[in-house]
Amino acid sequence: MDRRKYLKTLAVGSLGATALLSQSCETPKEKTPELPTFTIDRTPDELLREQKLLSETFFDEHEMKTIRLLADIIIPKDETSGSASDAKVPEFIEFIVKDMPQHQIPLRGGLKWLDLQCMKRFNADFSSCSSAQQIEMVDEIAWPEKAKPEMVQGVAFFNLMRDLTACGFFTSEIGIKDLGYMGNRPNQWDGVPQDVLDQYGMKYDERTLTESVKFDS
Amino acid sequence: MPDFQIKKTAKDYDVCIVGSGAGGGMAAYVLANAGIKVVLLEAGPLYDPAKNVTQLKWPWESPRRGASSPYRHFGDFDAAYGGWEIEGEPYTHKDGTKFDWFRSRMLGGRTNHWGRISLRFGPKDFKRKSIDGLGDDWPINYDDIAPYYDKVDRLIGVFGSKENLPNDPDSIFLPPPKPRLHELFIKEAGTKLNIPVIPSRLSILTKPINNERGACFYCSQCNRGCTVYGDFSSSSVLVNPALKTGNVDVIPNAMAREVITDSTGKATGISFVNKDDKQEYTVNAKVVVLAASACESARLLLNSKSSLFSNGLANASGVVGKYLHDSTGASMGGILPKLIGRKRYNEDGVGGMHVYTPWWLDNKKLDFARGYHIEYWGGMGMPGYGFGFGMQGLNGKYPGRDGNTKEAGGYGASLKDDYRYFYGATFGMAGRGEAIAREDNYCEIDPTTVDKFGIPVLRFHYKWSDQEVKQAKHMKETFAEIIDKMGGVVTWGKGSAENDYGLEAPGRIIHEVGTTRMGNDPKKSVVNKFNQAHEVKNLFVVDGGPFVSQADKNPTWTILALSMRASEYIIDELKKQNI
Repeated sequence: MDRRKYLKTLAVGSLGATALLSQSCETPKEKTPELPTFTIDRTPDELLREQKLLSETFFDEHEMKTIRLLADIIIPKDETSGSASDAKVPEFIEFIVKDMPQHQIPLRGGLKWLDLQCMKRFNADFSSCSSAQQIEMVDEIAWPEKAKPEMVQGVAFFNLMRDLTACGFFTSEIGIKDLGYMGNRPNQWDGVPQDVLDQYGMKYDERTLTESVKFDS
Repeated sequence: MPDFQIKKTAKDYDVCIVGSGAGGGMAAYVLANAGIKVVLLEAGPLYDPAKNVTQLKWPWESPRRGASSPYRHFGDFDAAYGGWEIEGEPYTHKDGTKFDWFRSRMLGGRTNHWGRISLRFGPKDFKRKSIDGLGDDWPINYDDIAPYYDKVDRLIGVFGSKENLPNDPDSIFLPPPKPRLHELFIKEAGTKLNIPVIPSRLSILTKPINNERGACFYCSQCNRGCTVYGDFSSSSVLVNPALKTGNVDVIPNAMAREVITDSTGKATGISFVNKDDKQEYTVNAKVVVLAASACESARLLLNSKSSLFSNGLANASGVVGKYLHDSTGASMGGILPKLIGRKRYNEDGVGGMHVYTPWWLDNKKLDFARGYHIEYWGGMGMPGYGFGFGMQGLNGKYPGRDGNTKEAGGYGASLKDDYRYFYGATFGMAGRGEAIAREDNYCEIDPTTVDKFGIPVLRFHYKWSDQEVKQAKHMKETFAEIIDKMGGVVTWGKGSAENDYGLEAPGRIIHEVGTTRMGNDPKKSVVNKFNQAHEVKNLFVVDGGPFVSQADKNPTWTILALSMRASEYIIDELKKQNI
């Protein structure tokens, strides 16, 4: 990035600082060439950490297959938008457990718990079960208030899967569009739209209308 | 040549400033514009919100979707590097007490994060001891600082509304933005409860004030830094213009070690370690201005020991590090059922709240001293990490689109629709109150621990008193009343005596001040009423350290005003050759 150029620009005309800065630029850094690139500001420390996280793999193939199945059961394709896997939710979950190690044991252990439950019931791991069997199993753990006491670990696991899947989906490009979030663009805030005010029986008082910022329309 | 040597920078300066946040940035700006040669030491890298951009980025551009990371505690998009823990730079605690110390080592310091809440202290805030007998009065009063508040308002810009409140003086305001929908409901509830809900006062340009900075374009992302400089941060509004005078050299990644003094007891400069080349340097100046943050400046003074100053520099009184106090904080959130299934529109608005509640009650009728203000949030914000968490606690409680209440939790198309349905219906509020400054809340040098630069670290001793706990209890009761009156349901933040009513640990609100407090009596204070050390005439402290008491307001506007005032005093004293 152009930070070095910027450093030099800022230091123009300052002998002391220029000397220090040019020294700092010459300092050899243990940089590997393939640092990941981002569209958001990253410090050198952040880039090194991202590189480390991105170079690691946490879930094995079987685990990822199960995560993909569960994610698409939680957020399927519908008439409005695509599925969790269309939005790359499994890839998000793989990253986030490396970034937040506190999720690692609950997810890995939960996946194992799920496979063992399915083995007992259907003599197959979750991903090898039929769709109907998978749904039968999911129904045991997806409804916290009516789940059987012996399913409580599964409920905790499924709650976490639901959270991470929904979060991964609705923070993706597909999910934001689905949700209808309309911000993150330059605009002029001129108050709540009139039809919405009317819907809730609200209005701005005279003083607010007089004193608030106005825009040339 | 020895392996270890201390290099001297090539140039001598009139003034050396340590730290480039609100206090240091303002000092650099005022001094440089008066033709004074300044060197500004910053412990972190250079930063410019127009170049180090996270503004207008989407959640998926962060692999953790904006969650916090060890390098950005307020999230991946937040402008502020650092946080409560920094690798290799520990701090410790005494007697099992708790204090969390937030540091942001970068140009502009913590002005890159703060909520732009820009409140003047009021007349009573300088004379609290005279009112309730607790703490101490400041050696100045509101009239001493008011002209500087005016100048800060004009230089930086702040929006708000004229209210003529006795202890919340009006600024020279730009027009405020209209409230959002949830803020209208909050205002309606407040009015019924006799709790004032008025336009917030934020240093965001709803109108342009010069040609260097653009007006706000309502993306709600001030905490990410503004590419058009539409809000206040020290780098964009103070340091960059100061650099343009040609009178300022910034040395980034310069971690100050000590204030150097000569045999007469005058400060002669700063010794620092350059984080890039790991070499030791000294820089000389006629005047030294500390603006490293309340605790960091206290640390510098306490670490600057010499035969003349065996107790640390400017610390014959023993007061350096004492009277540390942070704002109190407690919060609560809820859901407004009438907002479930709401219509979509862009309600980003400015960064942060459009309305707030200044302190409105009389402490004589309450069981605690000092007040708090209330900050509000809610609405259809940009989803980030944590979005949708805990749906099983929500979707079984309220009727769905078809009027029927579902079983909690679930999966599939019906669940997918729940996230759309409940989006934008939640809101929250937080109190920020004044703690009492007490001698036995302090930071000191830990005798056994150094950081990775070999600099002895701070050890904190801090306990809340009953005053603060009772204040938090009052906050929680007020929040519950407001939420109830709005027709909302509390979903989190109910407090109890067991958890001190949700009172945040000291340091969490990041308003810590008081460690080098000002006063007329050199035995009881570190600096005089011009932020000048009693014992070292050419040494000044212009961060939050000189605050005698914190008020129920965010400290930044007062740091800026006092730094401007101190800087003008420095110019005057330099002219008179007094320093």
